[in-house]
Formats: sequence, C-alpha cells, structure tokens
Amino acid sequence: MSVVFIMAPIALVLAAVAVVGFVWAARDGQFDDVETPKHRILFDDPPPKADVTDKR
Amino acid sequence: MTSATSAQEPVEHAQGIPNVSCDHCGLPVPIALFEADAAHQFCCGGCAVAYEVIHGAGLDEYYAVRQRVVSSAQPSQGIGSTYLAYDSSVFLDRHTHTTEGGLRAAEFRLGGVHCAACVWLVEKLPKIVPGVVESRLSLGSARARVVWDPERVSLSCVARQLDRLGYSPQPIRDSANRQVHDADNRRRLVRVAVAGALAGNNMLIALALYAGVFDGIETQFATLFRWLSLGLGWISLLWPGATFFRSAITGLRAGVPNLDQPIAGALAVGAVAGTANVLLARGDIYFDSLSVLVFLLLVGRYLQAMQQRWAHEAVGLMLSMTPDTCRVVRGAELVEEPIEALACDDVFEVRPGELFPADGVVISGRSAIDQSILTGESTPHTVDRGDTVCAAAQNLAATLRVKTSAVGAETRVGKLTQLVEDGLSTKPAIVRFADRVAGWFIVIVSALAALNLTWWGTTTGLAGAVDSTVALLIVACPCALGLATPLTMAVAIGKGSQRGMLIKSATALEQLARISPKNPGHLLLDKTGTLTRAVLRMEQWHGPIELQSWVAAIESESNHPVAKALVARLGPVSAEQTDSLFDRTEVHGSGVRARTPLGLMLVGSPRFARESGVFIAADKVTLIDHGRAQGYLVAVVALDNHVHAVIWLSDTLQANCRRDIARLIEGGWCPTILSGDASQPVQMVAQAVGIEPTQAHGELSPEEKLAHVRRCVSVPEGERGVVAMVGDGVNDAAALAAADVGIAVQGGAEVSLAAADVYLNEPGIGKLVELVELAEETMRVARRNLGLSLGYNLVAVTLAIAGLITPLVAAILMPISSATVLASAATFSTTKRSASSLQREPS
Repeated sequence: MSVVFIMAPIALVLAAVAVVGFVWAARDGQFDDVETPKHRILFDDPPPKADVTDKR
Repeated sequence: MTSATSAQEPVEHAQGIPNVSCDHCGLPVPIALFEADAAHQFCCGGCAVAYEVIHGAGLDEYYAVRQRVVSSAQPSQGIGSTYLAYDSSVFLDRHTHTTEGGLRAAEFRLGGVHCAACVWLVEKLPKIVPGVVESRLSLGSARARVVWDPERVSLSCVARQLDRLGYSPQPIRDSANRQVHDADNRRRLVRVAVAGALAGNNMLIALALYAGVFDGIETQFATLFRWLSLGLGWISLLWPGATFFRSAITGLRAGVPNLDQPIAGALAVGAVAGTANVLLARGDIYFDSLSVLVFLLLVGRYLQAMQQRWAHEAVGLMLSMTPDTCRVVRGAELVEEPIEALACDDVFEVRPGELFPADGVVISGRSAIDQSILTGESTPHTVDRGDTVCAAAQNLAATLRVKTSAVGAETRVGKLTQLVEDGLSTKPAIVRFADRVAGWFIVIVSALAALNLTWWGTTTGLAGAVDSTVALLIVACPCALGLATPLTMAVAIGKGSQRGMLIKSATALEQLARISPKNPGHLLLDKTGTLTRAVLRMEQWHGPIELQSWVAAIESESNHPVAKALVARLGPVSAEQTDSLFDRTEVHGSGVRARTPLGLMLVGSPRFARESGVFIAADKVTLIDHGRAQGYLVAVVALDNHVHAVIWLSDTLQANCRRDIARLIEGGWCPTILSGDASQPVQMVAQAVGIEPTQAHGELSPEEKLAHVRRCVSVPEGERGVVAMVGDGVNDAAALAAADVGIAVQGGAEVSLAAADVYLNEPGIGKLVELVELAEETMRVARRNLGLSLGYNLVAVTLAIAGLITPLVAAILMPISSATVLASAATFSTTKRSASSLQREPS
C-alpha cells in the first residue's frame, strides 16, 4: 500500500469541504449582491449591525 | 409622471451664477436663489432640505465620502410626497412583514441611487430617523431593506426622510417573483461551482494518468486514478450535468431539436464507454474531458443568465416609477391610501399632473386629461362632470373628484394587462439559432458514426470499430458551440445595457439579425411616443402678425399642450403685456379669453369660438377645414367676436425620425404605423417620415393592434419575416407581447415595459437602428464562433475516423477550441466599442 492510496482520498475530501462551504455560502445568499459590499468595506465605521438577522 | 427619473437635470439650473455651486449637489446656483450672506448656497429647495437633514444628523462626512467615491456629484431629488398611505394597514400587510422582536421590515426600491456614497447615506438611516434599526442598500438593484420599530416611528416618517435625502422610496411589487429569481440564481451558481471543483480535481488526476502514459505507471496507481476519475466524472454528470439531460429529454418529447441533445448524447456515450473501460481495465477513460466540458458549458450559461437578469432588474427599476397611492375622500376629509384599498363607489381626488388610480366618473371639476398612454390619442381630452375617466390616464389641468366605477383588474388598464398575458402565452416558439444548427448537427454526426462503424467493422473487426465510433461521438460534442453562443449573447447584452438598450431575452437579438433586404421583416410602429413626441408645435399662422405676441401673453399661464406650443413659438412674453391683460378666464381644454388693449381676445378651438358666439368668416372656415383635412390640429384667434387668425398645429416628430426610418427600410424592414390616434394625423406623420400612406393605420383599438400583430405572426415560420413591434403605451402592450420581438421605448407604461423583450432608454427610434446594428454584429460573431467550433469538430471527427484520437489529442484539442471561441467572443467586445463610438459621433 502506497501513501497515495491515503493522500488522494484525503485531497478529495478537503476539496469536498471547500465545495460544501461554497454551497452553504451561496444558499445563504452571500453572492446575491456582489456589488455593494466592496464599497461598504471602505466606509470607516460600519453600520450598526442589527440584533435581528434575516434568514431566508 | 412616469418618467420622473431625470427630474433634476432641467432648466432651472440653466442660468446659474458661474462660480457659485450648490453645497449639496454641486450644480450652479441660480441667480434668484443666491443669498450673499448665507453660509451655504443651494440650487433648489430640495438640496437645501437634504443638506439640512444630513447636517442635522451630524453626517457631514457624507460629502467627504462622496468626494472620495465619485468625481462628479449628482444627488437626486425626492418627489416630496407625504407617504401617508404607507401607514395604512392594507399597505403594511401587503408590503411589510414582522421580524423577531416585534420589529417590522420592508424592502423598497429607491429612486436616485447611483454611487457608493448613496449606500453610505442610506445605511446611516438609523442615525437620522430614531426608531429605524437597520437599513441596508444594494447598490446594483437600488433595493433597500429597512427594519424599524413600529412603536417608535411610523413607516411614512421613514419614507419621508428617505425622500428628503433625495431617494424616493417605492415598495417592491415583484418580491415573490424576485425570490424565485434569487433561488434560481443560487442554484445555477452552486452548479457552476460544483462542476468547477470536480473538473479541476479530475484534471489533476488526469495529469497523473497522462504522465503515466509517457513515463510509465504502476498498474495499482493507474487503477486507483481511473476509479477516482470515474467517481468524480459521474458526480459531475449526475449533479451539475443533469441539467443537459433534462433539457435534452424535454426537447425530445416536444420533438424539437436543441443543442443539449448532441451534448447530452456525447456525455452519455462518453460516460458509458469510460465506465466500461474502467471496469475492463483497458482503453481510454473520458471522464476528465467530460467534467471540464460540463463546467465550461455551465459557465457560459451562467454568464448569459446573469446578463439577462441584470437587464430585467434595470427594467424593474423603471416599473416602480408610477405612484401607487391615491387620495380618497373618507367622510369629510381626504385620506392618502394605497390603491389596493380603493373600492367601487369610493370618491378619490386627482390633482393636475397626477395619474388616475382607477376607472370612474367625474363628479366635480372640469379638466383636460391625457389618455395617450392608453389610447394613443395625441391631443388631450376635455372631461366634465359625468364623463368617465380611465385608470393610468393623466390629469392635466385642474383638480378632479372621481367616483370609482372599477378597480384593479376590472379597469380598462387591468383588462389590457390581461390581454398582454394572453399575447405572451400565444407567442410563437422561437427556434433558436444554436438549436437550428443542432438539428443538422445530430443528423450529420449520426450518419458519420454509422458510416464509421460499418467501414471499420467490415475492415478491422467489431471491437476496433466500436472504439473509434465512441471516440468520434465524444469528440463531435458541440462543446465550443454550446459555450460560444451564450458567451456571445452575454457580451452583447452587456454592451447593449451600457448603451441604454436593456435586452431581456437574447433571442430578440437573433430575431432582429435575421432581417436583411432579401428577407424582409415587419416593423410595426406606434405613433405617439415612438415616432412623435406627443408635444404639439405650431406649424402655420394664418392671420395678422401683430396678434401673435398677445396670443402668447394670453396663453402663457395655461398648462394645455396647445398653449405651450403657442408660447414656445410666439413668445417670449413681456411683463408689460401680461400686466395689461384683464378678466383672463380659461375654459379647460377649450380655450382662453381675456381683455387686451386691442379688444376682447379669444384663443381656442373653433368649437369653443362658435359656442362663445364668435363669427367665423367663410375664408376662415375654409382655412379651418383645410387644416383639418391635412391632419393638423386647428385653433383660432378672435378679437371682439370675429375670428382674425387661424393656427395650424401638429405633433412634433422625434429627432432624425425620417433618416432612421430610411435606414431601417434599407436594411430590409417594412415599416407600418399602428396608432390609436385619428387617421389624418397618422397619415401626416407617415408622409413626414417616409412611410407609405397605405401602411399607416389610425384609430386602432388595443385589440385591433393585437389582431394586426397576430395576423402578421400567424403566417407559418419560413414564409414570413420577423415581426417586431415598437411602442410605449398601455395600448401597445398586448401587441408588444404577441410580436416576435417587442421593443418598448422610454416613457413607456409599466405594462408595456413588462411585455417587451427589449427596452430602449431613449424615446423615438434612433436607438432602434443601433439595436439592429448590435444584433447584426452579435450574430456575425456568433456565426464566426459557430464556424470555429464546427471547424474544430470537423478536424476531430476526421482524426477519430482515421483512428488517431488518443485521450491526449482530445485533451489538447478541446481546450484549444474553447479558448479560440472565448477569444473570439472577447474580441467582439472591443470591436463593438470602436464601432459604437464611430456611430455615436454625429449626435
């Protein structure tokens, strides 16, 4: 048994984790608006975060 | 007004003091508003209010932020409404919802959002309005989500503050639709991402296998990598790739060829052959190529979908420009309510300049109304007590009280909207360019595969024959073609929107490009708003010249289009003249009377003159009849009960109309006018722009327009040209929906924007020429890409037949073909830009 038999599946599992993360982010709506956040980050004090979050 | 978008450009800034600019918006300050001792200068009241709000909340930093993000400040102005209707329970139920902690949330589309500083300011709303908890603005779609505490602040107060800042809020009407879009978009993005990850990993595995081909590889590793590749490949086909199979099957069931069929076919053959080879531990596996293919195709489609969605959004911004509240008489007082709360027999009030919210009967007041958006009639209608008015018409002259007779879907506009839906549902299915090619593609590839199988089968035996046929089927996959068309379309839609043409469906471009002198198409044009500006112009004056300045003086206070036309032509009016007028009375929609130093003067319609007991001499009667016969609108000027002058007026044509029509005719279009206006003005316009008089139809109802379009469309495909309809009014909407390509022009009604495939942000047909050019350019590039990808397929198929296709050759050919097509689509964007700059120069 070569180490390849362990490393290749591990590599794929790591890739799968990244994919799962992306899918979560997309379903969470983080890619719905890709225009505004890039401007928002430049404002010195961010708008006060409300205690309610909107889950859709 | 429907087109309140550019309210701030205007005239009032024209004569500013050169060196003093407004502290809020940076435009020159008009002399009249300049205050020498004030600390701040403003160009108008709106800017002063906005500055006060911003300064009062301690947010002066806004100006610094703005300076940082934009070079030229251009704040917009609110519409100054009270937004009281936003507090009614009907409105709150419909457009807002409760969130955790007893707070309420609503989404608005804000007018006038244009840069990052707007985001900064709108998101500072909690500092400006106590009680607002959160405010988030999405810059691309100008949608703001506001969360507020209903105990501490009312929605109308929030809306008023937004308005004072210069962002007029509109509730979002299509939120359900929008959520579907969002969900679709997320699914599409997930598919692209998953396909990308699988393709990338599969390529890494393939790299190991290719290396093994040259340097040797132990069997155990080869087997491992082949199985891993098989696993990733199947996931790619079954999850993101399933969309091709679904579409192919739908096409098969409907008996329509589409491009997904050869793609799905190649994917299926490749997967089966690859699986067999992995199981038998021999030959080539194709999974690396297959998963890359799925990824690239999905990327192309994703880009096209994004561009179309963007165009939809931009059109959606126009949609919410119509008011959705009205003033209803409840008991003794006037209450502002949302339109949904209005019921039959309610009495509502409409002020000059406003739109009627529902159909009804006038119970008090006398005014002129503009129904052109509904009927296409260019001249205003006089309404009096007992007359009926229609929703969406505009009140021009005086405040009216109207008793509601129909609301919502029951109104004339509502019924027309229903017609639009009918028109959309009966729209003929368009065979898309790529799909038409796909039909031939399937036939040719199948024939070649059969030939290949028999040839090699008879010469070298069945096993080899199957191998080479499978290779042929896979390399013949029209991957580059499947990638090329969506990419080209995405670039074209993007180019279009930069130049003010919002293209909601890419097929519109394909359709428009099919027109050539050899293959003529029907161009159906609305008159009012499309060819003409619905603004009158004085054409001829028959009478003594010295009366002219007095006519202008008398008419200078009137809002009527005829009065405006006369003042524009006969003015400017001196103050002495207006001061020497006495007893000025205006009968709305009919005319004006006043006592002048010359005598009692009357300006108005001939009927009004007759009713007022004015004598019209025979020669003047002839002039009146002549003018009318030629399609002019006629007004008379009387002095002391005798008509002294006759004025002919006509609708003004859009700039360059004649030239543009000539170019379109040259390009193979057969223009026809379909108008709701009277026949004579229609004939006159036809003559003026160079359209055959027999091709100009007036007095058409919306239903007749629709019928006309249906007649043109009902001829079977192949025997007729493409039918394009251009219009702006509600009365055009059904026809726009039914035509092959519906094009709405600026100033259009909501429903016609929704029905059209393309929206041009300029009134008139100048942009239409540009649109047709863009369509032709697009299809030229699409055809070039088609040639490239078919050329690739030809080479690959030849190699496959010769038995020379190894996985390595396939792996090299495929990216090359895709890269060529990508490069080709990219050059499109640059050539287009230079072409457009050349083209725009004259204007």
